[in-house]
Amino acid sequence: MALSALERIDRRWIFLVVGLLVLVPLLWPIGLPVVPTTPVRQYHDAIAAIPDGSTVLMSCDYDPASTPELAPMTETSLRQLWDKRCKVVVTVLWNGGAAVVDQSIEKVADEYRARGVPLVDGVDYVNLGYKSGNEAVMVLMGQGIASAFPRDQRGRVTTQLPIMRTVTDYSSFPMLVNISAGYPGTKEWVQQVNSRFHLPMVSGCTAVSAPEFFPYLQSGQLRGLLGGMAGAAEYEVLRKERGAATSGMDAQSMAHLFIALCIVAGNVVHWTRRRAGASA
Amino acid sequence: MTISTDFGVWIAALLTLCVFSFLYKDNPLYKFAEHLFVGVSAGYYIALNYWTVVDQYLVIPLRAAFDGSQAGGPFQAQMQDYRGWLIVPAVLGVLLFTRLFTRLSWMSRWSLAVVMGVFAGLKTTGFAQGDLVAQVQASLVPLWIPGDLWGSLNAILFTVGLVTSLLFFFYSREHKGVLGGVSRVGVWFLMISFGAGYGYTVMSRISLLIGRFQFLLVDWLHVR
Repeated sequence: MALSALERIDRRWIFLVVGLLVLVPLLWPIGLPVVPTTPVRQYHDAIAAIPDGSTVLMSCDYDPASTPELAPMTETSLRQLWDKRCKVVVTVLWNGGAAVVDQSIEKVADEYRARGVPLVDGVDYVNLGYKSGNEAVMVLMGQGIASAFPRDQRGRVTTQLPIMRTVTDYSSFPMLVNISAGYPGTKEWVQQVNSRFHLPMVSGCTAVSAPEFFPYLQSGQLRGLLGGMAGAAEYEVLRKERGAATSGMDAQSMAHLFIALCIVAGNVVHWTRRRAGASA
Repeated sequence: MTISTDFGVWIAALLTLCVFSFLYKDNPLYKFAEHLFVGVSAGYYIALNYWTVVDQYLVIPLRAAFDGSQAGGPFQAQMQDYRGWLIVPAVLGVLLFTRLFTRLSWMSRWSLAVVMGVFAGLKTTGFAQGDLVAQVQASLVPLWIPGDLWGSLNAILFTVGLVTSLLFFFYSREHKGVLGGVSRVGVWFLMISFGAGYGYTVMSRISLLIGRFQFLLVDWLHVR
């Protein structure tokens, strides 16, 4: 009786339960623990190991669809870099991404300015904006960053920016921080830049693409990896921040628990029907 | 609770609710949001691509190259804005549009040939260097690490998983006997990896829902 009810359940009830399980913890947080895992610690430690004051390349390859997962890790990475007084050169290889990435950069820069740290666009950081060409851009940047991005996001001539005076090609950077939503992203940076120009890199990526990148972490091609909102939340915990990712993790955990229960229930129904069919 | 007075936030919030209404059933509000999204996206990306790619990397440099201000002429190959040689990719780009005309469409093959040639070269060398060689190298791990029992078990498990999964894709012999048993172990490893992939996919999708709810609660309703 109960099994046949489960089989006939209207899927809209499942949508409703998932919606409530996400909504309620956002309104009234449970405070489930978030424990940083090894790949996240490696990501944090790799950035921590960059010499203070270095100029770091950060490629934010995503668009508005991936901001819930990737904007938190972009912002936390910027905070860690700017706490080390690093200069940040940002590029974007997704054509819908330059504006949302700019919002994240300015949001964090404003936090620092409010605290009396005078971060100046063009001096301490620059958003070189979007460039089409995917892997071709990555290879072109190896011949010269300014030749690949002659103008920045605001239309200024790149070579005239103070931050770009010490930047020639990949050899100018101690590390690449890649925030990736798919193609082009981490896989292409590993293939075209890490293996060819030997630029060390870390990656923060959407959860759906994270399993694909764990082999790169295991092989040492990636120095650290943040996978999805969970990775971003663990990174925030390591940095002692409470950002959007951490506040979303209660909802994430509750929804996962319910989906796991649904999978178990579905399998119980399936196996019971199968056994009943075999014995009939 | 003070609700947002920002017109843009209201539009975004109402469109979000229109899209969510599909979870109950297909309806005109959802259709409206869907069609609006497709139309606005198409227009937005055309405008965005023109101003961030065509104008910035083609029109402005070409105009500067041919306005007579560049010493050495427009075709002096210096790696700055002023590259008259950009006329070549410009022509190739225009040729792509000949597909719109049946009698001229053969000309678009030249542009496609360049695109395919460049990317085939880049992808092949990139894959060989970044995936094939590096991953094979990383797969050759010592099975016994003195003083590190956990590391040794991990290495053995990794090697068993790698070998059995590879043998599952060996189709030159029927999967019977030893090969059948080994490939069945490989299937288990593959199933576990698919499960991990599914879990991560669920996390990605739930993250999108959380992002929308955070927008509705924080930016629109100013609840938290």
